[in-house]
Amino acid sequence: MGYDPQNPMVDRITDIGPPHYEQFLPPVIKKNFGKWLYHEIAQPGVLMHKAESGDECWTVRVGAARLISIEHIREICEIADKHCNGCVRWTTRNNVEFMVDSKAKVQPLLDDLKSRGNKFPVGATGASVSNIVHTQGWVHCHTPATDASGVVKAVMDELFDYFTSMTLPAQVRVALACCLNMCGAVHASDIAILGIHRKPPMIDHDAISGLCELPLAIAACPLGAVKPAKETNSKGEEVKSVKVTAERCMFCGNCYTMCPAMPLADPEGDGIAILVGGKVSNSRSMPKFSKLVIPFLPNNTPRWPETVAAVKNILETYAKHARKYERLGEWAERIGWEKFFELTGIPFTIKSVDDYRLAYDTWRTSTQFKFTSHIK
Amino acid sequence: MPKHDTPLLDELEKGPWPSFVSDLKRQAETKPECFDILGQVELSYKDRITHWKHGGIVGVFGYGGGIVGRYSDVPKQFPGVAHFHTVRIAQPSGMYYSTEKLRAICDLWQKYGSGMTNMHGSTGDMVLLGTTTPNLEPLFYELTHDLNQDLGGSGSNLRTPACCLGKSRCEWACYDTQALCHFLTNHYQDEIHRPAFPYKFKFKFSGCPNDCVAAIARSDFAVIGTWRDDIRIDQAAVKGYIKGEYPSNGGAHAGRDWGKFDIQKEVIDLCPTGCMWMEGDTLKIDNKECTRCMHCINVMPRALRPGLEQGATICIGAKAPILDGAQFATMTFPFVNIDAESEYEEVVEKIEKIWDWWMEVGKNRERVGETMQRVGLPTFLKVMEVEPIPQHVREPRSNPYIFWEESEVEGGWERDIREFRARHAQ
Repeated sequence: MGYDPQNPMVDRITDIGPPHYEQFLPPVIKKNFGKWLYHEIAQPGVLMHKAESGDECWTVRVGAARLISIEHIREICEIADKHCNGCVRWTTRNNVEFMVDSKAKVQPLLDDLKSRGNKFPVGATGASVSNIVHTQGWVHCHTPATDASGVVKAVMDELFDYFTSMTLPAQVRVALACCLNMCGAVHASDIAILGIHRKPPMIDHDAISGLCELPLAIAACPLGAVKPAKETNSKGEEVKSVKVTAERCMFCGNCYTMCPAMPLADPEGDGIAILVGGKVSNSRSMPKFSKLVIPFLPNNTPRWPETVAAVKNILETYAKHARKYERLGEWAERIGWEKFFELTGIPFTIKSVDDYRLAYDTWRTSTQFKFTSHIK
Repeated sequence: MPKHDTPLLDELEKGPWPSFVSDLKRQAETKPECFDILGQVELSYKDRITHWKHGGIVGVFGYGGGIVGRYSDVPKQFPGVAHFHTVRIAQPSGMYYSTEKLRAICDLWQKYGSGMTNMHGSTGDMVLLGTTTPNLEPLFYELTHDLNQDLGGSGSNLRTPACCLGKSRCEWACYDTQALCHFLTNHYQDEIHRPAFPYKFKFKFSGCPNDCVAAIARSDFAVIGTWRDDIRIDQAAVKGYIKGEYPSNGGAHAGRDWGKFDIQKEVIDLCPTGCMWMEGDTLKIDNKECTRCMHCINVMPRALRPGLEQGATICIGAKAPILDGAQFATMTFPFVNIDAESEYEEVVEKIEKIWDWWMEVGKNRERVGETMQRVGLPTFLKVMEVEPIPQHVREPRSNPYIFWEESEVEGGWERDIREFRARHAQ
């Protein structure tokens, strides 16, 4: 008895939550749950976890687009059936992990993955660039200022050798969000690629009355730039609407989220900002926010060459100068941000000087600084 | 649905990284609406702007979340994506799957959707990308009846909780993240499916301070594993690292010659509190000074392990920038027992205390971290009935603008100006 559209509420099952995870664990994981001793990375993309029992779990980690088809998932299933007892898992960075219980099973798995073209790159362990956590972009989002999947593909093509090797001073987390909503840990990543708008919202006086709760649109603005106003629609009628004080707008898009009659996306206005030096872990130093170093790069489709070059330059400058274990933000703080700008050759602009809330915390209140090329 | 020319997207089929464009083309062979996804995205690449309309409220009966409505703004050109809603499916804790389960989901999506997914969305759900309104109810029926799966959260509700893989395959997990995540996801199904909050609320569970699920950056309620006794040391393994028998950091730096392992430089000098030293060839740790940053344990996993008195630190109020700016979560409960026996009583009690307060005082679209900022941490600590301790702040305040309450001041605030004037001329 399947779904009956005439009686949609009959025999309804709700609120059952996700299936219990235990049934999906590979045998070696189930057996040694909570009893792992240590791990080692045998080669890039291959982890070995040793249990108290002496058992070993060998993991092969492969990259994937976050946007994947069911055909691709079925192929992953085919591989997992062949090598891993029908078990597989995903990581929080959209990598796929195939687990086997002995070293002998690793090479056949690697060979199989390699035989399938470029669909399953092995890597993302240790001091590497792991997969880019990202958002929907133009593929499925209604408020983006850039695409996500395309920028990620272009950047990862260029950083590919850093994904499949472990030559960096520490792991480098790259993340992309296609607007300031930041559906991803972009605000705390080593290198963050962020879609931004630069034109204030237009107001559709014809549609606003029927579409929007004006008080919500007004309250949505963190800087009070949206105010109630009487305006004239295209029929010449006076309507209750809003106006935007453009010089107070910081293009966050909140008003549009609350009110579809206030679109702000624009081909020339939109683009990418680069923020760097964030981290989530508590290792050595406390978690840090990513800091804005490049305020705008254009949306040059299909490969965003300026963004790719900027990310690569930052990554390679860091790789050349940082100490072992030092995350990008730790390196920048040790040498001083003025030195970061000098070494990377990124022009320092006034856009990197904070003028939002709590900005004062970022102003230098000391005579300690380095004489770099910025001081004429 | 016909195939469209996609010269711009075709460029993204080149290069070594897996191509989502090739994947979409592959899927389009059996799900032709994928041609229309490609067509619309190509148009976005040409116009450099999105072609999805704002929002759209759709769902299944009785749920206020789990489905995200999406409509094309060029439906005549691309009828295959005219309605293109997202279905969020709550993922199993730790994101382990059987191929049987995955195939069942693929078959369901073949039947009712576009064939495209996100594995996974940023919050952690499996995201099925692109279906129509009439398909939602039958899809939900089969999802619950045949697959024993449920929808995740969206909107102003508890979002699908997420965790790291915890004790399943990590030697550092200080509590069973999966068990806690699974328990609370089931315990709060109503809060996940029926929005009743001022705004979204996220739980994330990391097993140790490395915080692989970014709880401290991304969740309103971050539970991060920790310990309160001594780091366990295997001195023989310490010597093994010093001699170069074991690779530092589990071999994470193997791709470059960083020279011989130097325990002084790589471990002791990088300890943020300077609480370690060598006595001969024995490693000493003054655990009272340790802040459990994980660095030494990360570098020498065979020699050092978290202590045995394990629990979690709970931090409240992280969020991304929208609306008032990004926040990390504030350390509120230094050490909490994560006790499955009592059905995580200590954790549940704290969650519900936050919700009771936030649902009353939180403004529309105000995350709890923003409410905390608005009322101030002292007020929040009082609400939570937490004794203020130095651990709650990075440093004490540097301004003298102190709020005193009348009850705290000897003699109270009621004074007689005439009596004052009798002794002090104007």
